[in-house]
Amino acid sequence: MTTAPLDKTMPLGRVKLSHTAVFWIGFCAVMAVLIVAPLVLPEFWRRFLTEILIWGLLAMSSDLLIGYTGMISFGHSAFFGLGMYGAAAALLIVSPANLWLAILFGLAGAAAAALFVAYFSTRLRDIYFAITTLIFSQIFYVIIFTWTPVTGGENGLIFTRPHLSIPFLYDARFTSSTMHWFVLAIVAASYLFLRRVTQSPFGMVLQSIRENEARTRAIGYPVQLYKIVAVMLSGLFAGLAGVLYAVQNQFAAPDFVYFITSGDTVIFNVLGGIGTLVGPIVGAGFFQLMRELLSRLFGDQFPYLIPLGLVFIVMIIFLPQGLLGFARRWLNR
Amino acid sequence: MSAAADNAEPLVRVEDVHTYYGKSHILHGVSLTVGAGEVVGLLGRNGVGKSTTLKSIMGLVRPTHGTVVFDGETITGLPPHKLARRGIGYVPEDRRIFRLLTVMENLRTGLDRRGVGEDKRKALLDKVFTFFPILAERRNQAGGTLSGGEQQMLAIARAMMLEPKIILLDEPTEGLMPRMVSQIGEIIDLLHRERVAILLVEQNVPLTLAASQRVYFMEKGSVRHHCAASEIDINDAVIRQYLGV
Amino acid sequence: MDAVSHFLHAIPVDLIIIQTVNGIVTGMILALIASGLTLIFGIMDVVNFAHGELFMLGAYIGVVVIASTGSFWLALVISSLVVAILGAALQVATLRPLIGRDPLNTILVTFGISLVLQNFALWNFGPVARKIPEPISSSFTLFYLQYPWYRILIAVLSAAIIGGFWLFLKYSRFGVWIRATTQDRVMAQAMGIPVPLVYTGVFALGAAMAAASGVLFAPLVGVNHTMGLDWVLKAFIVVVVGGMGNLGGSIAAAIFISLLEAYATIWVDPSQAVIVSFVVLILTLLFRPTGLFVPTPK
Repeated sequence: MTTAPLDKTMPLGRVKLSHTAVFWIGFCAVMAVLIVAPLVLPEFWRRFLTEILIWGLLAMSSDLLIGYTGMISFGHSAFFGLGMYGAAAALLIVSPANLWLAILFGLAGAAAAALFVAYFSTRLRDIYFAITTLIFSQIFYVIIFTWTPVTGGENGLIFTRPHLSIPFLYDARFTSSTMHWFVLAIVAASYLFLRRVTQSPFGMVLQSIRENEARTRAIGYPVQLYKIVAVMLSGLFAGLAGVLYAVQNQFAAPDFVYFITSGDTVIFNVLGGIGTLVGPIVGAGFFQLMRELLSRLFGDQFPYLIPLGLVFIVMIIFLPQGLLGFARRWLNR
Repeated sequence: MSAAADNAEPLVRVEDVHTYYGKSHILHGVSLTVGAGEVVGLLGRNGVGKSTTLKSIMGLVRPTHGTVVFDGETITGLPPHKLARRGIGYVPEDRRIFRLLTVMENLRTGLDRRGVGEDKRKALLDKVFTFFPILAERRNQAGGTLSGGEQQMLAIARAMMLEPKIILLDEPTEGLMPRMVSQIGEIIDLLHRERVAILLVEQNVPLTLAASQRVYFMEKGSVRHHCAASEIDINDAVIRQYLGV
Repeated sequence: MDAVSHFLHAIPVDLIIIQTVNGIVTGMILALIASGLTLIFGIMDVVNFAHGELFMLGAYIGVVVIASTGSFWLALVISSLVVAILGAALQVATLRPLIGRDPLNTILVTFGISLVLQNFALWNFGPVARKIPEPISSSFTLFYLQYPWYRILIAVLSAAIIGGFWLFLKYSRFGVWIRATTQDRVMAQAMGIPVPLVYTGVFALGAAMAAASGVLFAPLVGVNHTMGLDWVLKAFIVVVVGGMGNLGGSIAAAIFISLLEAYATIWVDPSQAVIVSFVVLILTLLFRPTGLFVPTPK
């Protein structure tokens, strides 16, 4: 799948702004909206928005692989899950519950999983990579599901939410607003970081791998090494999303490690637009909104995945650039 | 040039065909004709677009411009399997026989068609086994176990199973021993006597001049010269111009 | 000598034989599912994520047919036919437009199809598992167990279907078309073989085989909307271990893996026994990535 070429300039009336300027203006505008949001939204929607951001982070991490390196991974549920369980471990073992320790443990867990998966899967091309990542996420699922004494098995783990503590500055319980801002800060920082990565020489090599792996290797790049780093980076941010989810919801469950979560992630990617970093967040938002909408219109039991699944299929066939790509083209007319 | 070719509507008419491989503009307006039952040669250096011309006729690549007319019907853009059924046989440059299928099964891919009854099957197989006795001997052997020359014969025999009106032959003598090369010449003559038209792409000039009624010369993606085979010989300046190093 | 005989006594020979039989039975069903999957991949490079759902739908259609006609055999036939048609329709509608595009697209599309089919089944049939009665309920004594004849029947029928399919591939006209297209798609077209039709036909065949396995397997477990998920994973492992596109390899791998898992359940919990197949996969990927049962690594 290829991404649409980026416009270098965007005419705005008579003023031609550089691409970077447009980006920062847009970014600040969106951030402003997201910062103000919890102040005006009712409780339910506040949490809803926060969850969208978390899923968006997960999808964004996956986009690094799908959109930029051309590798479809079904293994993100493992990274997400291990981030979740890692955080759970920190929050259950260490007392008093420490937010940053939770993040540390979660990232460590996700990194370990990512290294393991990367080592085996990256030696395979395309289709085999997708299948093996799927199988690895299932391996983790089985381990977590059956190792009840450590992981709580089927029932998962419940724990308390740590305080939001910034050393020397602040220490209090999370409110849904501060939780939202915390998540927003992390997601925004992650986005900017990943954006920097994709625009760096490293990111260029990844895209070259996507375009033509054989040629990239022939030029002399250690392709497998790049792939491993890509998987690890991707896994780290997926794990971060898992930590955030754990902190927000105060539980960890094996369901999230089942490969369906990876599948959902891929759906967010396709819906929003592969290779855009922002697209997956949009996709996650669209998906969750649609789901909420459909269940409100037609009741809880409505199989919202049927229409959403159909939209997904239609988009792959007719709109492979995703919603964002479609909007981009529509705006450029 | 024969008067007959001028007056009668040719079996194949290629008109101003442009074809791309990705972004590479390979054919820059190729035009040629092949009359019914005629053997026409297509000569030129490597890479000028001879194979691509055949592929454009066969529908294996889609021309971006121009038309191909076969037997009065415009066939540009039709998928290859429809063209094969209409009577265009294709023998590609690397033979491409089905290596894991037996000789018999290879032949069956062309033989298993609608409208071929038991009698016709037997007749076609008999004809092909008479042309190529070695294939009869090896009929249950896997295609991949045949020698280069035998594979070439199988590739031609396979195309004959389609009862084609024209066979597109791409460099049949490439990689063959001299003894086999002359055998190819005999096969072309046999097919000509059966009134099968042939568009022959070749690097082997003497064979082509001997077998063909007319020849085209291609350079850089288009036809540059066209004459009767009888008008020139191997020492002609034309040959050196379009085929020399 | 004492230690040796003590060791020999500790091996539960009767259990091993029972598990061997069980392993072969499961293996044959897995082989039938995996055959369809590997065939589809071998000929058109499509990784059919929805294969497990075709299996599941086959089982459900079987439930419906048995409920209205009471005949297991009719259920088998009708279910295979219906799913074959559905498969053909799916291929034409969603996969044909993707021919020529990056093959990763087909993974995504078939994944989407699997989601839709799964949720459709959940919505239509509800979350409660259905059951199909076995067509023959007699059993024979195997050591201390009453072993159901039906299980043997499944293995035999699966083998028969696979065998019939192999004959079809080898001798029939469409079989030659399939084999030619698998080897050289372009040349097959140049020989007049209608390749788009062959693709649709193969997908339909694979779907039919998945549906048949679903009906055959249904009496052993409950039929519910998630039954496809576990099987599709196992089937993928089998296909990779056997060598993608390699029919014989898949069958061998299916039986091999099922036997190993069956033996593993002697000592560990079944939900953990699946790790065996994962380990086999990892080993295969490390040492013989083209497939354990492929004669010579390419």
